[in-house]
Amino acid sequence: MIAAVPQGRRPRRLTIGRIGVYAFLISAALFFLLPLWIMVVTSLKPMEEIRLGNILALPAELTFGAWSKAWSSACTGLECNGISVGFWNSVRILIPSVILSIAAGAINGYALSLWRVRGANLMFGVLLLGAFIPYQVFLYPLVRIFSTTGIYNSLLCIVIVHVIFGLPTMTLLFRNYYAGLPIELFKAARIDGGGFWTIFFRVMLPMSTPMIVVATILQVTGIWNDFIFGLTFAGRENLPMTVQLNNIVHSTQGERAYNVDMAATMLAALVPLVVYFVSGRWFVRGIAAGAVKG
Amino acid sequence: MSAVSVRDLTVAFEAVRVFNGLSLDFEEGEFIVLLGPSGCGKSTLLNAIAGLLDISEGQVWIGGQNVTWEEPKDRGIAMVFQSYALYPRMSVRENMSFGLRMAKTPKHEIERRVSQAADLLQITHLLDRRPDQLSGGQRQRVAIGRALVRDAAVFLFDEPLSNLDAQLRNELRIEIKRLHARLGKTTMIYVTHDQIEAMTLADRIVVMKEQKIQQVGTPSDIYHRPANMFVAGFVGSPQMNFIEGRIENTGSGPIFVSGQRRLPLHGYEFTGNPSSGQEVVLGVRPEHLEIVEVGAWPGFKVDLIEPMGADTVIWCRDGDGSLQVRTNGSARISTGERLSLGIDAAQVSLFDLRSGQRL
Repeated sequence: MIAAVPQGRRPRRLTIGRIGVYAFLISAALFFLLPLWIMVVTSLKPMEEIRLGNILALPAELTFGAWSKAWSSACTGLECNGISVGFWNSVRILIPSVILSIAAGAINGYALSLWRVRGANLMFGVLLLGAFIPYQVFLYPLVRIFSTTGIYNSLLCIVIVHVIFGLPTMTLLFRNYYAGLPIELFKAARIDGGGFWTIFFRVMLPMSTPMIVVATILQVTGIWNDFIFGLTFAGRENLPMTVQLNNIVHSTQGERAYNVDMAATMLAALVPLVVYFVSGRWFVRGIAAGAVKG
Repeated sequence: MSAVSVRDLTVAFEAVRVFNGLSLDFEEGEFIVLLGPSGCGKSTLLNAIAGLLDISEGQVWIGGQNVTWEEPKDRGIAMVFQSYALYPRMSVRENMSFGLRMAKTPKHEIERRVSQAADLLQITHLLDRRPDQLSGGQRQRVAIGRALVRDAAVFLFDEPLSNLDAQLRNELRIEIKRLHARLGKTTMIYVTHDQIEAMTLADRIVVMKEQKIQQVGTPSDIYHRPANMFVAGFVGSPQMNFIEGRIENTGSGPIFVSGQRRLPLHGYEFTGNPSSGQEVVLGVRPEHLEIVEVGAWPGFKVDLIEPMGADTVIWCRDGDGSLQVRTNGSARISTGERLSLGIDAAQVSLFDLRSGQRL
């Protein structure tokens, strides 16, 4: 047998095409990084320096005053407790919403893909259809339903809304994942005597780590960035960070405190940013795994 | 009383109905192989026996009880799958004991059965590993072990060796046969499309095609007295030779006539009385064709030679017909040579040309 030896000229490392590709990539990266740069440097400048107008310049005098003000004492209307209130509200909304929506999606996907419930495909179709109808259509009917049942403007209310609206995506994700597993695994578990819940908790859920990670990323970023549901359903006590941020930016009297606004915005964006940086690789892998089989 | 009995079974999927009243009995301790090409319904039948799909008409009886509406776990069955179907997040020990733990079997009993099965299959040293740390052969051993600990009266195998390479397949095949002999009274129902597995393992073979049973019989029956042309062509490698012709009744008994060639059929056991002039297909296995010095069928030209070690398969042509002859590996024959062939009428099969049924 002859070993395969590469034939021909060794490819040049740097060709004109490559230079072009890199030039494009670098300029695209700079373009998208520019706003972030402006936000970071502005948030670190005192107001005197901002008034000079060099928005791209590094701060001459480094100060973190704007950050601490944004966190703890910026005014969100009548109250001046900073965006920290909104941060903790968001956390309180986020944790139950993420856990419940993933749990519901996983169970739904499991039932639809493996137990072949009568009319499973129809149910799934209807569920997906729900995902394509604009949210705004649901707002008023939901407000009416919730006020009739007496839970309007509460933490419970906003959590229910997030779980409901997360259901189509979560179900799709888990249904496709479970449909991609060998069906024989499920058959073996049934012969071994597992029931609906035993098979789910003992066999399927331990295999679902990649999908749970993906679902967590999608739900954490989605729910954290939500504005309209929070504004509509959470009630004054529970307004999430996004709504508080809007209040800070728009309720300032007189001169706009650009540095505080920028710092508050950065704080509000921190959670999704961290999620993406920490889990980027997982995210791509999970999306790819979920997308292969329909 | 049959160990397993399928009565008037019909399974309806969304748009199609299969089986349409299929009935089949399996005796206790029997090794039955369901053999057929893919899509013939053999796995569907197995799943229906296991209770893994809803049957729309008919009944399934196991061990003298009507289990048609019982859950799979309550049917006294164990099953081994093609893809092994081991639980990936559990160790080998946990995989094997999962069913017993579900049934709340006492701990020491679980321990005893797992170690006994592991011992039998020589996988004791693997008990603490995860499935992804095992080779294909080891995984299938574990899967068999998992079935074994269930102490089931009926074992169902769904193409268990199809994912393994040739050598491992032979090894495990022999082991499954040994296992069946050791367990004695356990009924085994084994689905495969591999005729070697069917011939070597089975007490009885059920040949299926298009959701219908073609023939039920011992491996020898299936091989030597195929009930129709499908069975004759599906079982045996190289394939049975088919020669079209007609029957002529003469004073000394019926003879087969194909063009110039004639074959007296004394020694052939007809199931009915053949009529003179009936159009038939003569089936003869390659090893039942003999190369002779002077024979009734001269003038075959050697077209191709396939040496297979112990045997050599010779492809002969005669006009537009082609025959395969299996002969001793040491025979010295070269392409282009002309051969005379002898046929033993007692070894052939005759089929009706239209219905394909054995005469």
